Amino acid sequence: MGLVTELLKGLRVTGWTMLKTITGQERYTTEYPHQMRDKPQRFHGRHVLNRYPDGMEKCIGCELCAGACPADCIYVRGKENDPENPISPGERYGYVYEINMLRCIFCGLCVEACPTEAITMTKLFEMSTTNRQDAIYTREELLMREDGSVPHMFPDDELANQEDLLTADGWLRATAPSGVAAYEGVQMWQATPGPASWDPEPSQEDRDRRAEPEGG
Amino acid sequence: MSWATWGIVLLRVVLVFALLLVATIINVWAERKILADMQSRIGPNRAGPWGILQTVADGLKLFFKESVIPKKAELGMYLLAPFLAVIPAFLIFMVVPFGAPFTIGGEEVVVQGADLNIGLLFILAMSSMAVYAVVLAGWSSGSKYPLIGGVRATAQAISYEAAMGLAMVAVVMWTATRGEGGTLSLAEIVARQDGNLFWIIPNWNIVPQIVAFVIFMIAIVAETNRAPFDLVEAEQEIVGGFHTEYSGMRFAMFFLAEYVNIFSMSAIAATLFLGGWNGPTWEGALPAFVSAILPTIWFLIKTYAVIFVFFWIRATLPRLRYDQLMTLGWKRLIPVALTWIVVSSVAIGVRQFGIPWS
Repeated sequence: MGLVTELLKGLRVTGWTMLKTITGQERYTTEYPHQMRDKPQRFHGRHVLNRYPDGMEKCIGCELCAGACPADCIYVRGKENDPENPISPGERYGYVYEINMLRCIFCGLCVEACPTEAITMTKLFEMSTTNRQDAIYTREELLMREDGSVPHMFPDDELANQEDLLTADGWLRATAPSGVAAYEGVQMWQATPGPASWDPEPSQEDRDRRAEPEGG
Repeated sequence: MSWATWGIVLLRVVLVFALLLVATIINVWAERKILADMQSRIGPNRAGPWGILQTVADGLKLFFKESVIPKKAELGMYLLAPFLAVIPAFLIFMVVPFGAPFTIGGEEVVVQGADLNIGLLFILAMSSMAVYAVVLAGWSSGSKYPLIGGVRATAQAISYEAAMGLAMVAVVMWTATRGEGGTLSLAEIVARQDGNLFWIIPNWNIVPQIVAFVIFMIAIVAETNRAPFDLVEAEQEIVGGFHTEYSGMRFAMFFLAEYVNIFSMSAIAATLFLGGWNGPTWEGALPAFVSAILPTIWFLIKTYAVIFVFFWIRATLPRLRYDQLMTLGWKRLIPVALTWIVVSSVAIGVRQFGIPWS
């Protein structure tokens, strides 16, 4: 008889679950492309090459990221800046910058190695391509746009989340003042090993004031 | 026979065929939806409204897929097995009456593929035939996992067919007391379940034969290789079991056979124990057409109630171990079924002839 009572117990669980689900209890499925889950703050997504607020590129072509990369997926070649029309504030800038996303293990060591916080990771993770060539991200695809958004491989795709591009973590971390109001006053990066220790994120007003050119 | 008779026979067969195909499409979808509900998931919801066309999409996909034939396959048997699975599955349902017989143009039409007077034997024979498909598919694939699946199928089907047959025997014995002599015709068995046993309790065989019903339910779940008795195709252990090496349309035929079998077996359970198409038709109060179609609706409701139990059990129970399966079959079900036959024959005897010592 123990068999029968156990059977009924089990049937009761599934039966009740079905009734509750039909009558409006939440289902656990997230309908992914249409419904995004919140990603963790330190999500390791694809990389971005950051800019200073004045539009200068942060990368100085030092190749430390390529040296730190355990998967050997980064290829960097630096080039001397033209003194009249510099691309980065340093002597050199990243002339060639390629990351093979098929090799990348998203460990973030390049981010730690970078002396200027030029390379950081975003929260973008949808990187599927139909051929291997497309998986090698070039400088143009990695470099942040002037407005602080991250370039997307397929910006016209209906499922590409354009808001995600603006709130990418790379913008938040590297180009503080922050772009995300929710993180105002939050100290993001305290105990991370490495040189960086951030101040708390300033308020939006601060950000706007600093972003403006001097005397403007 | 006149042309009209032939036409009606043809129409019946086509109707049964169409009913089974449509029912399969709905059943596959319904199973996935119900399982999803029981597990707080969404289930298929892309193809058509509520995902109801999902099965059609899957079927089309399988239709266009390559049917790979393994190098080591025994070609003749390998090609024959899917048909051996499908044909008995469809034939089983041919003897199940799914509506009240009606008269049209002086000709009595039974709503049934064929009214065989050996209906129950035919069902047993055909469900045994279906085992051949599984065994031959497993053996002829020339691969280890299908072979294991096939061997499991042999033992499992034999054990549970015995219990199923014994449960049927009890029903046949009981049915024999409800009218003139015994019968194996399903149409007659349904007709004898008409009316009420007492008060509002319907005169269905489930009431006096509840033990047989439980045995029959367990046996048909095992007979159709469904969870928790799906050792034949236990994915976690032996990949896909007997249909591991089948792909494309040949796999689709096994898939179709499985779901047709579920529908047929549930229909038989509804016919034997739940009164088949019997039910109130309110003739006169409702339009004649509605009254004529109502028995079919009752039949479908009862069948789907049984099918729902299939799905419910699948969502609930884990797969049995092989020795547990054998223990349940030989040491529990068959003794209980035999005992029940003795008990119900004694009861029938007492009803008919009185207590022997009085």
